[in-house]
Amino acid sequence: MWSYFANPHKFLRLSDWLAPLFYALGAACIAYGLWQGLWVVPKDEVQGGDIMRVMFLHVPAAWLAMASYSALAVASFIWFIWRHELADIAAKAIAPLGAIWTALCLATGSIWGKPTWGTWWQWDDARMMSVLFLFFLFLGYMALRAAMDTRQKAARAGAILAMVGALNVPLIKFSVDLFTSLHQDASVITADGPKMAAVYLTPLMISALGHSLLFGGLVMTRMRTEIRERRIARLHAAALEGA
Amino acid sequence: MSAAPIFAAFRQSLGEAWAGGAGALLPLGFLGGAAVLVPLGIGSDGETLKAVGPGIIWVALALASLVTLERIFQSDAEDGALDIWLQSGAPVSAIAAAKTLAHWLAAGLPLALFSPLLALMFQAEASPALLVNAALYALGSLAFFFWGGVGAALSATVRRGGLLISLIALPLFVPTAIFGALAMTDGPGSGGAPLFLAASTLFACAVAPYAMAAALRLAAD
Repeated sequence: MWSYFANPHKFLRLSDWLAPLFYALGAACIAYGLWQGLWVVPKDEVQGGDIMRVMFLHVPAAWLAMASYSALAVASFIWFIWRHELADIAAKAIAPLGAIWTALCLATGSIWGKPTWGTWWQWDDARMMSVLFLFFLFLGYMALRAAMDTRQKAARAGAILAMVGALNVPLIKFSVDLFTSLHQDASVITADGPKMAAVYLTPLMISALGHSLLFGGLVMTRMRTEIRERRIARLHAAALEGA
Repeated sequence: MSAAPIFAAFRQSLGEAWAGGAGALLPLGFLGGAAVLVPLGIGSDGETLKAVGPGIIWVALALASLVTLERIFQSDAEDGALDIWLQSGAPVSAIAAAKTLAHWLAAGLPLALFSPLLALMFQAEASPALLVNAALYALGSLAFFFWGGVGAALSATVRRGGLLISLIALPLFVPTAIFGALAMTDGPGSGGAPLFLAASTLFACAVAPYAMAAALRLAAD
């Protein structure tokens, strides 16, 4: 099944129309989510009044922080087992974007935390810490790739690190349960279904979908750029050989 | 396949770690130096030192593992020993684990055994609990060395790999640091913390050798 998707030509043809579609749908969803979140939904005094509207950025960013690292690990795994170049191109494209959304999650969380909890940062909150370490995992991944002298080595080293990191993420996450936490309990994904009122939940979900689509579109664009860069490098090499 | 290359790797690494004439004194000097800076940096108030003491020792152990591991695979990659390990027929993961264990014996374990003395300097009460803590330090530092070994193997061919090892390994140190700190305080969830610490160390010992082996094959290419 992977082999079908592993063809760069098919990917270029597919992403040629899929990436713009993702951008358009993503922009529409984000715009709707922001409009609902900033102007329409009633404010929640328990969560700090108007500042809770940052949720419509914070929660999608948190979702993407986790989803993008999972995607990085899956792409690395596929590359490591089947050596499909496209999987490595995807992993390389995902890392900086994942780091940006993770940073966005941390920043919006701090902005929300200051007026509601009275602090920018709480060290004994394991959920904040696990997102912070996710951020460090992304940074380490990018630094390791950049330090390798060939593309093949960068791909292999990156894949090993991403898989080791992915194995550690559940362990890091597990420590959450051992702490008393300032952070509100999970309210979207729980065993009894969402605990949040639909008036908040629907725009939140649409906003998360919009961010995911934007992320997907950006990954595709970065992958297209990488494919073309590699092609240019090959053409240069061929020209040098001919000269 | 024979086990001889594994023992050879262990002896070579132990010899390397003890070389320089000072043996275990060198890492102890490092720990002492790092620990002495703390009261100078944060002030000599007894209550404060008592509160931060156990944590400072964890940090010093983590740093010690990073400092000692920087060259563990790099020198092998440079002088060709790595190629010989890879051709020896013994499992590369076992060789990597043996080398890491040797470095832990030379640098991690002495620090853990030395920790009660440092704890006393940080105003802890003299009690058998300090010896229990020493065992926890020994247990946790083993995980530090194994995850640090993954970073060292991945950056074996990178110049100035030391900084890279820190960036790679620090997120992997997190569970150990959290469980270790919990095991020494009476905070929530501290009841099972020593067991979780042991579990995370076992996890490191089970996973890290394979990651190191994959990274060493890459370094030899």
